Amino acid sequence: MVANSDIDLVVQRGTVHALVGENGAGKSTLMKTLYGMHKPDEGTIAIDGKPVVFSSPSDAIAAGIGMVHQHFLLADNLTVLENVVLGAEPSRLGVLNARLARRRIKEISDSYGLDLRPDDLVEDLGVGARQRVEICKVLYRGAQILILDEPTAVLVPHEVDELFDNLRDLKAEGLTVLFISHKLDEVLSVADEITVIRRGTTVRTVDPGEVSARQLAELMVGSQLPVPELRDSTVTDDVQLAVDRLTVRAADGRPVVDDLHLSIRRGEIVGLAGVEGNGQAELVEAIMGIRPAESGTVRLGDADISAWSTRRRREAGIGFIPEDRHRQALLLEAPLWENRILGHQTEPPNTRGGWIDRAGAKRDSRRIVEQFDVRTPGVEVPAASLSGGNQQKFIVGREMSGEPKVLIAAHPTRGVDVGAQAAIWDHLRNARAAGLAVLLISADLDELIGMSDTLKVILRGRIVGEVDPHTVTPEELGSAMTGAGPAAGDAA
Amino acid sequence: MRERLNRLALNIVAALVAAVFAGAITSVILLVRGDSPTFVISQMWDYGTTASTELTIVNGATVYYLSAVAVAIGFRMNLFNIGVDGQYRFAACLAGAFAGSVALPTGLRQVATILVAMLAGAAWAGIVALLKVTRGVSEVIGTIMLNFIATSLIAYLMRPSIFGNRFGNDVTTKPIPKSGQVGGLDLIPNSGGKVYGLILLAVGVGVAFHVVVNYTRFGFDLRAAGRSASAAQASGVNVKRMTAVTLVISGAVAGLVGMPALLGASHSYSSITFQTGLGFTGIAIALLGRNHPVGIAFAALLWSFLDNSATILDLNNIPKEIVQITQGVVVLSVVIAYELVRRFALARQQRVVGRALALPSGPVAERAAV
Repeated sequence: MVANSDIDLVVQRGTVHALVGENGAGKSTLMKTLYGMHKPDEGTIAIDGKPVVFSSPSDAIAAGIGMVHQHFLLADNLTVLENVVLGAEPSRLGVLNARLARRRIKEISDSYGLDLRPDDLVEDLGVGARQRVEICKVLYRGAQILILDEPTAVLVPHEVDELFDNLRDLKAEGLTVLFISHKLDEVLSVADEITVIRRGTTVRTVDPGEVSARQLAELMVGSQLPVPELRDSTVTDDVQLAVDRLTVRAADGRPVVDDLHLSIRRGEIVGLAGVEGNGQAELVEAIMGIRPAESGTVRLGDADISAWSTRRRREAGIGFIPEDRHRQALLLEAPLWENRILGHQTEPPNTRGGWIDRAGAKRDSRRIVEQFDVRTPGVEVPAASLSGGNQQKFIVGREMSGEPKVLIAAHPTRGVDVGAQAAIWDHLRNARAAGLAVLLISADLDELIGMSDTLKVILRGRIVGEVDPHTVTPEELGSAMTGAGPAAGDAA
Repeated sequence: MRERLNRLALNIVAALVAAVFAGAITSVILLVRGDSPTFVISQMWDYGTTASTELTIVNGATVYYLSAVAVAIGFRMNLFNIGVDGQYRFAACLAGAFAGSVALPTGLRQVATILVAMLAGAAWAGIVALLKVTRGVSEVIGTIMLNFIATSLIAYLMRPSIFGNRFGNDVTTKPIPKSGQVGGLDLIPNSGGKVYGLILLAVGVGVAFHVVVNYTRFGFDLRAAGRSASAAQASGVNVKRMTAVTLVISGAVAGLVGMPALLGASHSYSSITFQTGLGFTGIAIALLGRNHPVGIAFAALLWSFLDNSATILDLNNIPKEIVQITQGVVVLSVVIAYELVRRFALARQQRVVGRALALPSGPVAERAAV
């Protein structure tokens, strides 16, 4: 197999089987192999005891395997029904038989508790519902075995609970679920069996009743589970980044960031908690100068940078880890060393005057690979050939190069394994001690609570409250994010 | 380094496979017509390797090369400049009128003429850039519409009251005197003619294209914007400005397309000598040459060889248009072949990375434990 060797995996019918491992351990590769996207060099795959050979995903679909990808593959401007049937349209004389499709989708939705309305537009749906559309899509194609690739990465806690209820329904109907994750407590709560994979091989298959999260983590990395925490406060009095009365409007005129105030001091990590889609992405893009703000100011130290270009802001020392690394942080087909230059085109060691300093960029890429434990055979390989977590480590390394003053970190450890997570947290802590001001946005509430000096809650484009990261629990924070919790009361 | 060589080899194989495939399709058509493919090939080869045909092949390729580079500049940032045709004709018309009427010292006159052509091409493409950046008009639509407008505008400019002079059946700009021409190079003996002096300009443009795109910050920004506009923007590239600048540069190079013939052969502009279609040929050649300065050079030579050696076929009662089938098939199949190679190379790379990291020990794995 590609990044796999000697994988032994037995999944019983009618169970939820979890596959856990670090990033780059080969989970996704294994899944792609099972789904017919890669051909194994050696070994066999059998369904119900019968060996099968897949040369493309359509073979896998025909054999009853369905895959729900980590990144949704949905057309926003189509309805649920249209998305579900896309590519497998029931038709009569070349005309879409919408009635038949609607009936089947209703059946699927009702029997598995997916709660989908066929005529809703996908763009109006939340993340959880979109994921259920993806699940419906594979069930509609008759899948008996579902592969879910990191399904909880984009969900908030109550959506995770709903997803797990759906999975239990699927199991009860006799379907088999293969669930990839590196969130150990989730895996423990939903899986019937857990297989740990490390560096491309299966380490062990365990019963969730018999192991703790810590033991699982040890199996995964051979070391202890890292804890996000800050020890001594390094917060100073100098405000490094100040956002004042910032308003950003969406294309339809609706304010997505609404009269927002925020300040970050040197040596401070300000966490921003919120359900995705409450203005975090727009706030970040406005701070970076990617998206125009309608009103308000952004100050960096003493300078008003509201009118500055993105490049000037980056040159002035704002590092940026975007939430969607494929869209905003990488040139996937370019070699790693060219990705070192991206975002830092005007700075040494990447360029000298108007010229690209190839040797300098390569040397510094090697440094990042070394310091941030990016697992790659070299800096000449295209970024696309690295696993997601290793891409992320490279981006974090790049953005923390050149002693930035401010770091805008959106989901800095998303899709990254526990070992690398601990390393990224270490780097953040060290940079914070050296005076870095960090805006931290994350869907991982433990990370937010553990890594923030100050923790604010954003809802509908406004800061609606501030919670004490020393005392708040993830549950309290989760309900504050939906506007229901105690935090709304003690707004700062 | 080895990886790059591998990729290069793959691309060359892909181009060869496409050429063989196109040859096969053409052969089938010839056989259906009742002609012998081997006879056609030997005829074309014999005729194409005579000194005088070699001369026309090299001169034709020079012009194709400039046209293809103009297109390739746009391609490198995902812009489809199909208006090279209009830009080149508009530029040749203005430059011809300029060179014929503005008396400047020798040397300066030629340089000024070339600059006028570049400015005219850039301005014509600049209209498209402006429309695209301010109004969101697709450059595909903008450039192709401006091709037609260029035709009409040139017809207007070539009226006797403006630039036009009647010469027999033709209307031309005022002839460029000897002091404003660019002489040829005696590169091909016994050909009875000379290679365009401005072939050196084409070489210079190719080198500059390569250096700027691969070794400068500007080129990096351009490629970044072409690979992912959103990532480029987040990295601080002003994608709109980049779009405009790229289109304008593409137009400026398009302006050069007419120069070898204007300054080296016809010495005046007329819409009969400067025909439509060169810009479109440039698209095909840029695709064939993979937007690479050296690849384009080979593609331009191949194209020009097919064009010029085919004239012998008419004497044998075989329509010379048969080579257009070859050209069409070669472009279609090469596009497919390159895409297959790209995917194959990426998948193989991922496999190599996977294998390198799956090794149980070694320096990479040692560092893994944090």
